[in-house]
Amino acid sequence: MTEIKAKKKQEVKLVSVPSPYIVPERNAGEPLVLEATHLGIDFGGLTAVDDFNLGMSKNEITGLIGPNGAGKTTVFNLLTKVYQQTRGTIFLGGKDTIGMSTTQMNRAGIARTFQNIRLFDSLSVEDNVKIGLHNSIDYGMWQGVFRTPAYRKQEKQAHEKAMELLSIFDMQDEANVPAGSLPYGAQRRLEIVRALATEPKVLLLDEPAAGMNPSETSELMDTISKIRDDFGIAILLIEHDMNLVMGICEGIVVLNFGRIIAKGTPSEIQNNPVVVEAYLGKNKENKEEKNPGKKGGKNR
Amino acid sequence: MKKLSKHSIKGFINYGLVIVLYIIFQILASAKVLTNSLQGLLVPICAYVVMALALNLVVGFSGELSLGHAGFMSVGAFTGVIIASSLKNLVPFGPARLILAIAGGAVLAAIAGVLIGVPVLRLRGDYLAIVTLAFGEIIKNIMNCMYIGVDSRGLHFSITDEASMGLEPGGTTIINGPMGALGITKISSFLAGIILIVITLFIIQNLVNSRAGRAIAGIRDNRIAAEACGIPVTKYKMMAFVTSSALAGAAGALYALNYSTVVPKKFDFNTSILILVFVVLGGIGNLTGSIIAAIILTVLPEVLRQFQDYRMLVYAIVLILVMIITNNEKASAFIKGLFSKKAKKEAA
Ligand SMILES: Nc1ncnc2c1ncn2[C@@H]1O[C@H](COP(=O)(O)OP(=O)(O)OP(=O)(O)O)[C@@H](O)[C@H]1O
Ligand SMILES: [Mg+2]
Repeated sequence: MTEIKAKKKQEVKLVSVPSPYIVPERNAGEPLVLEATHLGIDFGGLTAVDDFNLGMSKNEITGLIGPNGAGKTTVFNLLTKVYQQTRGTIFLGGKDTIGMSTTQMNRAGIARTFQNIRLFDSLSVEDNVKIGLHNSIDYGMWQGVFRTPAYRKQEKQAHEKAMELLSIFDMQDEANVPAGSLPYGAQRRLEIVRALATEPKVLLLDEPAAGMNPSETSELMDTISKIRDDFGIAILLIEHDMNLVMGICEGIVVLNFGRIIAKGTPSEIQNNPVVVEAYLGKNKENKEEKNPGKKGGKNR
Repeated sequence: MKKLSKHSIKGFINYGLVIVLYIIFQILASAKVLTNSLQGLLVPICAYVVMALALNLVVGFSGELSLGHAGFMSVGAFTGVIIASSLKNLVPFGPARLILAIAGGAVLAAIAGVLIGVPVLRLRGDYLAIVTLAFGEIIKNIMNCMYIGVDSRGLHFSITDEASMGLEPGGTTIINGPMGALGITKISSFLAGIILIVITLFIIQNLVNSRAGRAIAGIRDNRIAAEACGIPVTKYKMMAFVTSSALAGAAGALYALNYSTVVPKKFDFNTSILILVFVVLGGIGNLTGSIIAAIILTVLPEVLRQFQDYRMLVYAIVLILVMIITNNEKASAFIKGLFSKKAKKEAA
């Protein structure tokens, strides 16, 4: 654990670009890649998320934290249109996403992983990644049936690209294994690779370290930072592992009962009495008791 | 050296299986071992194999349920008969007429598939099963009151009776309501059936192992994840369903042009279920299994005819055994073990 803490880097200064958003100072003048305003959703009488505001600029990592049931996964489902919002707007790359479907959101540049892993279990690891590459290939059905030169060329490129992406997590050797038979941690990593294959501008990671041991988690932290640097994308991640969150996130948003109760740099959040009261607790050790990823099937 | 992928090996096995079966049946036929009734089953077997493969594309690869595939077979069958009968003078060469009839049957069945798929496949849930079930019954009832004939002026239709078509004295009635299609010239052949199976395998296997096939299987495995990967779900469900409908139509045309008469009642709910049984028994998503199940379950009732009293009993037992063997891992491992031991012994 101390080893993980040692990796914690120089904290980045956050600035308010037109309030209520905060982004790293280096991106102050840049356009936002993702902008959610007054986002909210009700399930029957229950308001799961309300007045959620978020601005993300390129190559920044932001953490979304909060107690179980706070509405974190619901925010992801809203940002990817798995749920249509009851209130508010989402801008992606400066464009309003009103009326768009999950498929269109991905094509517009948002990709995600799932808290309850959703892989294509019966397909090979490589095919999972190739489905992520679906929209960067464009040969048609009959070209596929008749195996035309376009099919051969693009399939070869897709294979190479898939292998290259799998090498991020050193998974090339498992390329032919059915995704469903991978160990838990590898499944989570494969979900990240598959999401990256869709060439997103914004990557949403829902508890990427759930079920991983400390050394796996530490490795994952390095890889997530590396992905941010190499791909230059904005990453929003939900995590209960505070070492990971505090270690790699530049900004943190805290959610409780569906509302943002605080946002700021890791040290600001750690010292914010409201957050400590609602989530972190006086004694930081209690985070171990939170058992992420083990909840029922409701989370998409 | 380029390694063969697992897919292509499996694909070759299926082509090989079909060709070996063709040779075996040809030898049996020329040695006069096949009874007349079995000989007459050769083309229907091919049609059912194509039906089973087509339905497996929907049930196995796309993960949807169709309970009315006989309806598409029916559309293909009657379209094929109309085309073959009305082109009799124009295209006297039988095989050429058969190709046109099969292609026409496939196209019309594909159109029927589009008409059903467009409204239904955009919904979530098992609506396809209900709607295809209804479709099969509707097609059967429509064909039951269709009168179609041809004379020198072209095709004539009626939905009341034969006389109201107003055929010229020399004209022929092709479809006569509930009596079905009459006076068909048999132009289907076993070889044509085998070729249609090979074409079907070619389309399905290559489709499944392409970009579209991955998308189709991805949607089946996890619809939400597929959407989150930017896959247009309705488009690919349509692709699988319409391709399957077209192949079923082709099978229908092949089937109908093997008989002198075909009645609409032949393509009813029972036939749809029979084809589904081939798919389920052969193993969902398993093309080799579909081929074998369709052959065995078409031949079996015929072979068991001599044991009249016990026929259905034995049939039931075989059904259960096939199901256990194809869908139980231990049992299939045991069977594979038997074969590989044999292979080892032979090698030694
Ligand atoms: N489809 C739904 N229908 C009804 N209620 C829902 C639905 N999805 C989520 N909720 C409710 O919304 C609230 C927020 O759930 P959510 O899954 O977003 O929490 P979370 O912050 O991700 O929690 P965890 O840390 O346990 O993953 C919960 O009270 C949950 O029961
Ligand atoms: Mg959650």
